Amino acid sequence: MPLKLLVVDDSNVIRNKISRTIHVANVEVVGTAKNGREAVSMFAKFRPDLVTMDITMPEMDGIQCIREVLKLRNDSLVLVISALADKATAIDALKQGAHGFLCKPFSDRELNDAMKELIRGAQEMGLHNG
Amino acid sequence: MDETKLKVFIDGAIKYFVQTTRLNADIGTPYLSETNETLHYDMTGIIGISGGRKGVVYFTAPTNMLRSVLINMGERDVTHDMRLDLVGEIANTIAGNARAEFGSEFMISVPVVIAGALETVRLPKDLRAFVIPITWHSQRAAVIIALE
Repeated sequence: MPLKLLVVDDSNVIRNKISRTIHVANVEVVGTAKNGREAVSMFAKFRPDLVTMDITMPEMDGIQCIREVLKLRNDSLVLVISALADKATAIDALKQGAHGFLCKPFSDRELNDAMKELIRGAQEMGLHNG
Repeated sequence: MDETKLKVFIDGAIKYFVQTTRLNADIGTPYLSETNETLHYDMTGIIGISGGRKGVVYFTAPTNMLRSVLINMGERDVTHDMRLDLVGEIANTIAGNARAEFGSEFMISVPVVIAGALETVRLPKDLRAFVIPITWHSQRAAVIIALE
């Protein structure tokens, strides 16, 4: 079974870029969401193994969204992808349950390396064996 | 804001273009705008700043440049809406990256995007607006910073 990935970002350009450039073995993009509220709804529908999560979004920001989606499935892996380049934001995201942080702008290679690292770390902890 | 703080915005603009398009952007000499009129090209992404500093950061570019950036990214959809989305995302990225310098009290809004004249944006008279000229792919754009 492929690992299911939900892409969350308020920018259509970024949602397309992530969906288009993720080339990690056994990972399939199952949906995209443009804000936190839509992400929670999509998450409940697909129960994805992986989520890429923006922070600055209308309606519900990424930090609150991380809390909400992990209530639905607490072993999902969340990679925050944000332009907010301060350490406090990254630490806050990790405290809320995110597993990785990638700063925008990012290259295709950085995105794929971050996703591979996220999965590898989880597999080492026995969370995901996909 | 004094000019010594401009570097983080210059670095953000340089990084954006090289990471996203693999082509370097040339940064011109930043200058202080002498009026509060808003320099703009065809499309503009505006980020409101609150918290420890107040003001605005915006990125403005010609529509043909935005189309070229999208194509360089591998995006097939280069419609008006996608160009507006991109100009907002570039503004968001440059402003967000500035938190590396200013910290988490540099609160940024979601982008407001505008096509055409900036009639609704007036820079505060008491703020100095710095203009950072950018040339990418032989096309000119700019980052404008007006902060306390």
